[in-house]
Amino acid sequence: MSVNTSLQQKSVKKMDISLSWKKFVKRGNPLFVTVVTTVILALFLMPFLYMVFTSLKNQTQVATTGAPIWPAKYPTYIYSGENTKTYTLKVNKSGFPVDQTINMSDYSGKELEVYKVPQPDGTTKEMALIKGYQKSSIFIDPAKPANDPIVWTGYYLSLSRSWVFAPQWSNYVEMWNDVNYPRVLWNTFFYAFMTTIGVLVSCIPVAYGFSRFRFPGRDILFVVLLAVIFLPTTVTIIPTFTFFSKIGWVGTWLPLIVPSFFANAYDTFLLRQFFMTLPRELDEAAMIDGASPFRVLWSVIIPQSYPVIVAVTVFHLVWAWNDYFGPLVYLSSRMDLQPISVALQRFNTLFGSRPELIQAGSLLTLLFPLLLFFIAQRFFVQGIVITGVEK
Amino acid sequence: MENLTQLPKIGSTESIRDMGPLARREFRNGLLFISPWIIGFLAFTLIPMLATLVFSFMNLKLTDNPFDASKFVGFNNYITMFKDSQIWNMRPDSTPGSLWVTLRYGLIALPVGILVPMGIALLVNHPDLRGHSFFRSMFYMPYIVPFIAAIFLWAGVLNPQFGWVNAILSSLGVPKGNLPGWANDINWVYPAYVLFGIWGIGNAMLTMVAGMQAVPTDLYDAAKVDGAGSIARFANVTFPMISPVVFYNLVLIIVGLFQYFLVPLALNQGTGFPGGSTLFYNLYLYKTFFVFGNMSYGSTLAWTLFIIILFFTVILFATARYWVYYAGEKQ
Repeated sequence: MSVNTSLQQKSVKKMDISLSWKKFVKRGNPLFVTVVTTVILALFLMPFLYMVFTSLKNQTQVATTGAPIWPAKYPTYIYSGENTKTYTLKVNKSGFPVDQTINMSDYSGKELEVYKVPQPDGTTKEMALIKGYQKSSIFIDPAKPANDPIVWTGYYLSLSRSWVFAPQWSNYVEMWNDVNYPRVLWNTFFYAFMTTIGVLVSCIPVAYGFSRFRFPGRDILFVVLLAVIFLPTTVTIIPTFTFFSKIGWVGTWLPLIVPSFFANAYDTFLLRQFFMTLPRELDEAAMIDGASPFRVLWSVIIPQSYPVIVAVTVFHLVWAWNDYFGPLVYLSSRMDLQPISVALQRFNTLFGSRPELIQAGSLLTLLFPLLLFFIAQRFFVQGIVITGVEK
Repeated sequence: MENLTQLPKIGSTESIRDMGPLARREFRNGLLFISPWIIGFLAFTLIPMLATLVFSFMNLKLTDNPFDASKFVGFNNYITMFKDSQIWNMRPDSTPGSLWVTLRYGLIALPVGILVPMGIALLVNHPDLRGHSFFRSMFYMPYIVPFIAAIFLWAGVLNPQFGWVNAILSSLGVPKGNLPGWANDINWVYPAYVLFGIWGIGNAMLTMVAGMQAVPTDLYDAAKVDGAGSIARFANVTFPMISPVVFYNLVLIIVGLFQYFLVPLALNQGTGFPGGSTLFYNLYLYKTFFVFGNMSYGSTLAWTLFIIILFFTVILFATARYWVYYAGEKQ
């Protein structure tokens, strides 16, 4: 449709909008679905942005309602001493006017607060505060620092101020030192690394046993293994904790690391599902050549299983990094051994009123798993698809 | 070889003595390889489970000797448990019982835990969407954020005074007095806690996406030819095909729901703030044992929890044949 007359121009424009909206919403339009998905994703990931912004705020901004959502501070002006004269100004400190001597050279090199000061012509101007009292305040103009100071009648704290973008990176330094981050990081890595070794050296042989050997009772045992995934851990924790406490392991790493060397159900299942898909011809050929079952596992199965082994490793690393309950109950008396999740929670209890530090600490906590995710993305996706669907 | 023959037979009709040498070797090797799991299962699962059961019939404190037979008290702990108002109290004017708290939270958490990942999976799998793998990864990504960091992030966003969500709501015109108080407000605490855990949907979402991708496209083509709209296609093709995945996630959610307690423990040290509304069943159990050192009552609560979960799981499995469709099992 081509409409050229200028008279109809207006209505056509309106129609075009509604037409394109209809076209936009119509099924089969990739743009609509993609835009809707993007909006939902943005809402879903919003806390990340909140964390980054908040972690860079200063304490004043955090406590001020109506402050911008991005990290900002009140502007200041450093006076570089262009004016060295001495003035005697009439000011009203708290009810009656007095003479106040201002020696401008005293303010050279000082950081002055900047306020929006109403001007005689009705506009406002950002001016730097020299001295403020309840009834009048002395300002200089940062744009013309050599000019004489002016006296504005009124309480300076009633003036509004603007915000300028100012990330406070020192929050990270403060957090780093307050939770003894290097120590906590080392503890977390140690815990994650030791238990990952435990998982790999125990789950791989068990998965191999379940996938490559036929023996009576195997399938029942495998069902039992799967059932453990659904078993509430609560029903075993009391005797386990009591036992570890009686043998003096509470307050050490041992109750957290030793059990990982006894094959957990989830990772075993993942590995077994993958081993089942490997052709048997290769291991049978190796067997005929006289290879022992250990040799077959080491030289035939493991080299073919690199994707699932990486998947189990990254899953477990993330799991250990995330683990809170185990370290909480076994290491509650040993602050020097606690990993990052427990340390962050302890910090939150102490510094609940410092959201900027909590958010900085949260960022330091999630950095490693997030990096791992972006490096090993496809292994995560593969691993979950194996566990969730083949059931 | 000698001592292998003394092993009890495990669920089989033929005895090990009747096996040929080859089968016997396979049996020996198989057991050898799975032995780490068998030992771990006995030491960290089966024996502790039975010990919990035994403890629940005794009267033990953490410092007592658990082998002291004089400590047996029969069903006393269970009788106490059935009378315990901290579990059962349902009166709305007083502190709610912990089981009631758990169920009320579950009433929101359960549908959200299934429907939100399903909705996102449908969206991420939508044929018109551009950048499937990007969106799939991004919706999954928060799942790997340590839960302790995730709850601090969400608690910040949902802060009643300074949070972004209330800022958005008030910019949409919600009057200041009507803004939700989220985790500080007894009426909003459960939705708030569900949101604190919303990043946990990644796993369920990915399994559902994988399930949807496994649906043969000719099923959709056939449905289209029959004139089925998008809702009919979802109800008659997509949902039945992903129902095993939904079932699996439902069981995981129910098991997780009754054990839910780490969020209130981490956020307010298990005080139950606000107004006892976050004293979840498992939190009560945790405090009974780890704070008050009451081993026996803790064990009673643990076995009761186990039986409750078992009960719901059995019900779920019993209903499964009416709605879960296994492609391989056609009659």
